[in-house]
Amino acid sequence: MLITIAKFAVVLALMTGLAVIMGMYLARVFNLGSHSLAERQTYRLLGIDASTEMSWSHYALALLMSNAVMMLLGYALLRLQTWLPWNDLNIAAQTPDLAFNTAASFITNTNWQAYSGETSLSNFSQMAVITFLMFVGSTSGIVAAAGFMRGMSRSSAQAIGNFWVDFTRTTYRVMLPLSFVMALLYIWQGIPQTLDSSAVVSTLEGAKQQLIVGAVASLESIKHIGTNGGGFFSMNAAHPFENPTPLTNLLHILSMLLIPAALTYTFGSMLMKRKQGWVFFGTFLVLFIGFLALTYHAEQTGNPLLSALGADQSVNSLQGGGNLEGKELRFGIADTSLFVTTTTGATTGSVNAMHDSLTPLGGLVALAQMMLNCVFGGDGVGLINLIQYAILTVFFVGMMIGRSPEFLGKKIEAKEIKLVMLSVLAHPLCVLGFTALATVWPGTLDSLNNLGPHGFSELLYAYTSGTANNGSAFAGFNANTPFFNTTIGLAMLLGRFFTMLPLLAVAGSLAAKKTLSESAGTVPTATPLFMFLVVFIILVVGGLTFLPALALGPLVEQLLMLSGQTF
Amino acid sequence: MKNEQKRLPVFERSLLIAACRGAITKLLPQNQWHNPVMFVVYLGSILTTLLWLQSLSGAGDDSSGFILSIAAWLWFTVLFANFAEALAEGRSRAQAASLRKMKQQTPAKVLKEPHYGAAWTQMDSSTLHKTMVVLVEAGDLIPLDGTVIEGIASVDESAITGESTPVIREAGGDFSSVTGGTRVLSDWLVVEITVNPGESFIDRMISMVESAQRRKTPNEVALAILLVGLTLLFLLVIVTLSSFSTFSVAISGAGSPVSITVLIALLVCLIPTTIGGLLSAIGVAGMSRMMAANVIATSGRAIEAAGDVDVLLLDKTGTITLGNRHASHLWSAPDIQQSEFVKAAWLASVADETPEGRSIVLLAEQQNYLSEHDTDRLHEYFVPFTAQTRMSGIDLPDGRIIRKGAADAIRKHVEELGGQLPQALQIRIDEVSRRGSTPLVVSVGNIVLGVIELKDVVKPGIKERFIELRNMGIKTVMITGDNPLTAAAIAAEAGVDDFLAEARPEDKLQMIRDYQAQGRLVAMTGDGTNDAPALAQADVALAMNSGTQAAKEAGNMVDLDNNPTKLIEVVEVGKQMLMTRGALTTFSLANDIAKYFAIIPAAFIATYPQLSSLNFMHLGSPKSAILSAVIFNALIIIALVPLALRGVTYKAIGATALLNRNLLIYGLGGIIAPFIGIKLIDMLLTATGLY
Repeated sequence: MLITIAKFAVVLALMTGLAVIMGMYLARVFNLGSHSLAERQTYRLLGIDASTEMSWSHYALALLMSNAVMMLLGYALLRLQTWLPWNDLNIAAQTPDLAFNTAASFITNTNWQAYSGETSLSNFSQMAVITFLMFVGSTSGIVAAAGFMRGMSRSSAQAIGNFWVDFTRTTYRVMLPLSFVMALLYIWQGIPQTLDSSAVVSTLEGAKQQLIVGAVASLESIKHIGTNGGGFFSMNAAHPFENPTPLTNLLHILSMLLIPAALTYTFGSMLMKRKQGWVFFGTFLVLFIGFLALTYHAEQTGNPLLSALGADQSVNSLQGGGNLEGKELRFGIADTSLFVTTTTGATTGSVNAMHDSLTPLGGLVALAQMMLNCVFGGDGVGLINLIQYAILTVFFVGMMIGRSPEFLGKKIEAKEIKLVMLSVLAHPLCVLGFTALATVWPGTLDSLNNLGPHGFSELLYAYTSGTANNGSAFAGFNANTPFFNTTIGLAMLLGRFFTMLPLLAVAGSLAAKKTLSESAGTVPTATPLFMFLVVFIILVVGGLTFLPALALGPLVEQLLMLSGQTF
Repeated sequence: MKNEQKRLPVFERSLLIAACRGAITKLLPQNQWHNPVMFVVYLGSILTTLLWLQSLSGAGDDSSGFILSIAAWLWFTVLFANFAEALAEGRSRAQAASLRKMKQQTPAKVLKEPHYGAAWTQMDSSTLHKTMVVLVEAGDLIPLDGTVIEGIASVDESAITGESTPVIREAGGDFSSVTGGTRVLSDWLVVEITVNPGESFIDRMISMVESAQRRKTPNEVALAILLVGLTLLFLLVIVTLSSFSTFSVAISGAGSPVSITVLIALLVCLIPTTIGGLLSAIGVAGMSRMMAANVIATSGRAIEAAGDVDVLLLDKTGTITLGNRHASHLWSAPDIQQSEFVKAAWLASVADETPEGRSIVLLAEQQNYLSEHDTDRLHEYFVPFTAQTRMSGIDLPDGRIIRKGAADAIRKHVEELGGQLPQALQIRIDEVSRRGSTPLVVSVGNIVLGVIELKDVVKPGIKERFIELRNMGIKTVMITGDNPLTAAAIAAEAGVDDFLAEARPEDKLQMIRDYQAQGRLVAMTGDGTNDAPALAQADVALAMNSGTQAAKEAGNMVDLDNNPTKLIEVVEVGKQMLMTRGALTTFSLANDIAKYFAIIPAAFIATYPQLSSLNFMHLGSPKSAILSAVIFNALIIIALVPLALRGVTYKAIGATALLNRNLLIYGLGGIIAPFIGIKLIDMLLTATGLY
């Protein structure tokens, strides 16, 4: 137990240290005045004037349109897979609904996979569609955050930066070098990186076995750095080729948290309010630690029904104990819990265990983190979501000091609240709305692996994962039907852009406002009290919204399990 | 009427009865529509009533007694919110009624030509319009707001200000504006009407008070959007919940789905009805509180801005110091006879009608150096004070030019005439300044005779107010025409944070711009026409009713009592209004936690009995739990009406302390109170044995 806590502490300390370094670097990248040779060439090639800046609406439009074009490209490639190179296994093209779902999934940084990589994608598609869109999707998130932060840092300004410049810089200076280094580390740890599609090996019994391989290391690096999560293999990071050693497991976790955590520091740095950055980091961390503790506790306690049958689930010198169903023994409870909390917190969706087999409470944590969508959150969008809650918090409590609410020197008025509420509403609208639609859809019951509350949880999990742009799944659920491909695809698109765009508009609106000076009469936001208030508002707003659904899913499942019934 | 409304009790009997009636009449859909949160409750009430009627036929959504109870309490929720609004409006209307007494039909003497002595015809004040010129003679009421273009008269403005001392109104200068409904006591005035009927000052005031559909303030709009957003959110939760519930029954093969009645009850409990029901009452009450302080804000926006102000520009005279300075000492220059100096001082001031001038005359006369003078004739030679020369005095027929004014003005004056200010006198001047008094230097020709010491008296209690303001995070700046030394001394004595000495109107304007450029919100008071640009620039501008029309138009609030210190009260009222809104919003949201724990287990128990373990309040039965939450939700509105009308107490203890305090009371209190309230109601309901 103590060793586990120490282990968690070391990981989080490492993460914090790396976040500071990365945060400083990101702030430099976003604020840089000059352009490198490669960047200048790119701008010339694409006809971009790097010196002009865009208003929020231009910035958002550039983001939206470029993403739309890339998504369309991805869709086309998936549909034309059979005619494209590096398809040694002659894998068929994806159906229209599946290709829509896949393209939407990867452009929105969700990486929900209604297919299984080994049997549905060629090596070309893995690289040209999957890995490529992983870069575009995650970079777009970071770039949105860059524009957002720049907007917040400005006073009486119309522009929030140049989207193309931010995108090029983030790609050249952050994502590509980082992914390259990580890929080399992964190759060193034994992750395959080859253009071959399969390797034939002799098993111990002397039989021949065909193992699927490919450009796994390069996919694996951006998959975690970009909080993407889409696996090369269906087993995702539980597969030995995706996650061969404890070190790669640690590197995966650190990669996932790196940029979302670093952006809090970057925020503080760009706004010259370092303490505020730390308060946001603290907000993430408090939520993360709370959920990690819950998951670990739930998984380590295991299933009480098994104990009643005489199984020993306790921790002792001979065994790790706990609920090991659906987990890799080589990772054990602690590393799995940490991975589960990280991947659903940072909305990556990569998994090193089957979430369907988590205890109901463990599954509840995974669901809850995606519902809140701001426990570190995805690259860029996590911070944006958190600030949305911070603005809401300021509005709720700020008036109690007798001033109209302001956040970081900007008045929060009708326009901002309208946009924030739009974003706050869009998320549950997709999660609950689509789930409700699915509950009345005639074919739904056929897709469920389980009945009872667990069946409902599977459904709820699918839409939550899609909307939160997470991508992990309760594996028993068959999502590859036209209905689910379409609705989950829509949930992913709406969930991403209906939170990102309104908040970019908020940044634009705040940039245009004058920054008011702070005085003894301003509500202090860079304090531990404010941190806990934000945590409280996140939990209350999120809790009030999703508790009824959770009550009918994992919550009642846990209670049923305690009374002796499982699903 | 000044203090009549101030002590109006919250639950005044006659107002209560009217408010009850208002609560019923407001049930019409067109009255409900403007408040989306309460409109949802309204629809819920109608729907549950229909469900009850349906249940009477036997095929009910739930047991008919239960539906009836829920429907009844939902109607009460709507009525209670209506009542709160009606009560707030009633109190405002009571205030307006007393104002309207002043606005009787007044006969007006309309002049054919705009000068005294021209022929006039009698018309009714309601038929007057802008640019008409009327004659008002002793005993007449001034028919409408206007500007004096001829004449001088004393006017009784007590109807507006409550101040019984008559004021002088005359053509030209800062005292030329007159208000409709006030009475001329002596002499006559020729007044050009500056407003159309129904637009006059009192008209605007009354209409503002009376309009129930007053314009929402920016913060109110933002809050309303938030509340609508939350209402939509919970609507979404409830609508999806009904299909989740049906689905759960299907896949678990047990139990029954949640009834519509329970879903409506849950919805009403979750949407922010507490703040939604009281929001409009809070706004009306804020306006009323301003009026009780005899301040008329031209918009609710101004009151709100007052809460946000962080710099107060306060004129020294009348705000920080007691009205006028008085001469306390006459210091002659070296080598000058005291008698000569006293005579010159007397001559320079004898025709000066300002209180300072009179106090100099008084002090000079007490010193027994003076012989008889023909004071009447002296008026003809008087040189009045102008902002440019910053001197006044007298040009005697014998060629003596006597001047008194600020040290540097006189220095400039005598230097132009070839004289100079003696060094020894400069030391005296500085000494006087350091004491916080104003030195007024007197010269005859190019010879400086001495210094008159004018003493400022800092208002009692003002220092404590400034300490409070500092704690609120508000910076105080004293504006004065005095020299820097004098200003510094008074600033120190009064405890202001900063001062602007030797201020001209354009300095004031510049200072406001500078502060605004630093991102601060500035409030100021003013009354003169030369204050108008600064008043227009300031975020909150309190004009004095005695001031010029230009000043009043430039400002966004007018103080009927002409008391500049009231700016501080205005800030407090603004803060109070925002605090009340914030406190009730937080309270409303915090309440939801307990309501969830009451209703969720109760609602789903039919499908999953295991969820009863969430019922840790141990409420009697599912039905009593749901009903208790609904009843609590309705009663809390009534319980908070006094708070909404009176406002949350403002304490000048700084933002952090205030936040902690209010979070504890309204945040933590908001979490705990409903647990206790719902449990108590549930115990009562269980005791009746009905549920």
